[in-house]
Amino acid sequence: MIRKQNDSQLQPGTRISGALVFDLRMSWRGLRINTMCNALSKAEERESFKSDEEGFMDRFALAESERAMVRERDFTGLLEAGGNIYYLIKLGALTGYGLYRMGAHMRGETYEQFLATRNVPESV
Amino acid sequence: MARIVAGIGTSHVPSIGGAYDRGKTETLAWKPLFDAYVPVRQWLQELQPDVCIMVYNDHGADFFFDRYPTFAVGCADHYAIADEGFGTRPLPSIRGDVEFSQHLCQSLVYDEFDLTICQQMAVEHGFLVPMHLCFDPLDTDWPVASVPIAVNVLQHPLPTARRCWRLGQAIRRAVESYPADFRVVIIGTGGMSHQLTGPNFGQMQADNDQDFLDRIERDPESLTNITHQELMNRFGVEGIELIMWLVMRGAMSPTARRIHRNYYAPMTTGMGMITLEEDQ
Repeated sequence: MIRKQNDSQLQPGTRISGALVFDLRMSWRGLRINTMCNALSKAEERESFKSDEEGFMDRFALAESERAMVRERDFTGLLEAGGNIYYLIKLGALTGYGLYRMGAHMRGETYEQFLATRNVPESV
Repeated sequence: MARIVAGIGTSHVPSIGGAYDRGKTETLAWKPLFDAYVPVRQWLQELQPDVCIMVYNDHGADFFFDRYPTFAVGCADHYAIADEGFGTRPLPSIRGDVEFSQHLCQSLVYDEFDLTICQQMAVEHGFLVPMHLCFDPLDTDWPVASVPIAVNVLQHPLPTARRCWRLGQAIRRAVESYPADFRVVIIGTGGMSHQLTGPNFGQMQADNDQDFLDRIERDPESLTNITHQELMNRFGVEGIELIMWLVMRGAMSPTARRIHRNYYAPMTTGMGMITLEEDQ
């Protein structure tokens, strides 16, 4: 009874309205990306990223495919690779891609197109 | 004996903090949100709580996936303001109450909630936004002491909705076994509907949010059997944060009276608020 209830909380691999759910498999897969982004909570690490992005990525042993996505600011790809949105936001903020810009890209829209879909775009 | 005098469910959206820091509380875009909390602060001032138990989630400011607690409880005399990646907000650090926290932790663990007990913890928007919506900060302090309780709503498997509800019930037992004559307010934060990833980024579900507000007031147990998958279908992947409101509701009596209610959905998240008061 209890086992049944727990097993049915979430079907593995389920997408919700098209989005992946960040579970243990995703977290393990994205651990390098998220570890790097987590470091950006410190001001000195943000400086270090800005002054030598490639050297910064070296320290966190990112795979070449992950490094390419960081260089391209491909947050949609980083999410699919196990990046967690709340850690990616730190990288986004540092590189000029705030949450709403990242979101517009996920929707396949420009930033302006995305804002036009909001109830009160002035609250940006 | 200590007792719970009030419970609040509220959104903790970070842009509320940005608007607050930039003095935008009176703008047309933000007034419908901030005005709703003016009577809440007044009401709390009259209730004069000694301690605020803040049930929130960390968004990567102080916890990381190298070791990730399901429930983490602050057990310190103060909590620093965390840097979330863009600097530290200009707010007084949070005052704790070590004795009360120690009692709460002991009671909860012996009540079979296996907590992570944190003697050092930094708090971020999940905690701070509800804090400054509900209390006016003083120069270097806040009008109440706080106990942060961080819940894992980021990395599935998450605690079930029912587990959150039961944690609330255990918090009530813990409070009522504290010998000092303390007045406690408990705040469950997060939500309401939002989806921050995928092709439907920004999707909100206002009807489901209103239904949740109805149920959290009058029929909260009907929410405790819902699976994470169904909750995410109704409220979005990140809207799963609403399970933290169930911790608050589980700590309140079934007959607690609703005092305030508000809903505003300007951008990407349904910003809900409800307050409940116990009979004196």
